[in-house]
Amino acid sequence: MIMKAFTLKKVKVGFITLVLSLGMSPNAHALGIGDKVADFSLLGKQGPVKLSDSAGSVVYLDFWASWCGPCRQSFPWMNEMQAKYSAKGFKVVAVNLDARNDDAMKFLAQNPANFTVAFDSKGQTPKAFGVKGMPTSFLIDKSGKILSVHLGFKPADKEEMEKQILSALGGN
Amino acid sequence: MIIMYGLSGCSSVQPWEKQNLAKPEMTFEGDRLDTGYTEHIYSSKEASSGGAGIGGGGCGCN
Repeated sequence: MIMKAFTLKKVKVGFITLVLSLGMSPNAHALGIGDKVADFSLLGKQGPVKLSDSAGSVVYLDFWASWCGPCRQSFPWMNEMQAKYSAKGFKVVAVNLDARNDDAMKFLAQNPANFTVAFDSKGQTPKAFGVKGMPTSFLIDKSGKILSVHLGFKPADKEEMEKQILSALGGN
Repeated sequence: MIIMYGLSGCSSVQPWEKQNLAKPEMTFEGDRLDTGYTEHIYSSKEASSGGAGIGGGGCGCN
């Protein structure tokens, strides 16, 4: 009978531990539409890249990695958007999440980026933003509020996203 | 109790940490063209799709 009580307590404690550990998921507070973005400071191609540097611009914040196929497809489009709308106050900030920087540099050599690139090999910013898939992009308005979150990248998405960028820039 | 603590060592893989899962070596089939045909036949017979590679067409994305 003593053995029985001992086992029951073990099970109870184990269950509580399990429930608690499941509750402490890192993505418990992903940033969504309407949220204000948190600033970050990462290394870029030439010097540090701070999200606050782009305050006052509409920012397309993209999280990408060299091993992600859809990311490769998104680069020409991001180049096109940056070229088209930079004069209107639009900025692409693409945060690389490769654990090895060499992989990122190889990718960039084959897929040139004419926009701001930052490197977060430790994965701190995607955790803070609650990134759920690769790639994920956040469209941020001039005051730092998230307008939309986009998971993945398909050619069919381009038109809709360009529309969102245009409306964020104030129509035209 | 010990098992529970041992299990808590299994942390989940974050979406941006899937670089190794995205490698072609991590899919079950050897030939990619063959896999394409097989998956197409399978999904038309089963009227469902998926489950072949890691999510997102085997690249770990999306």
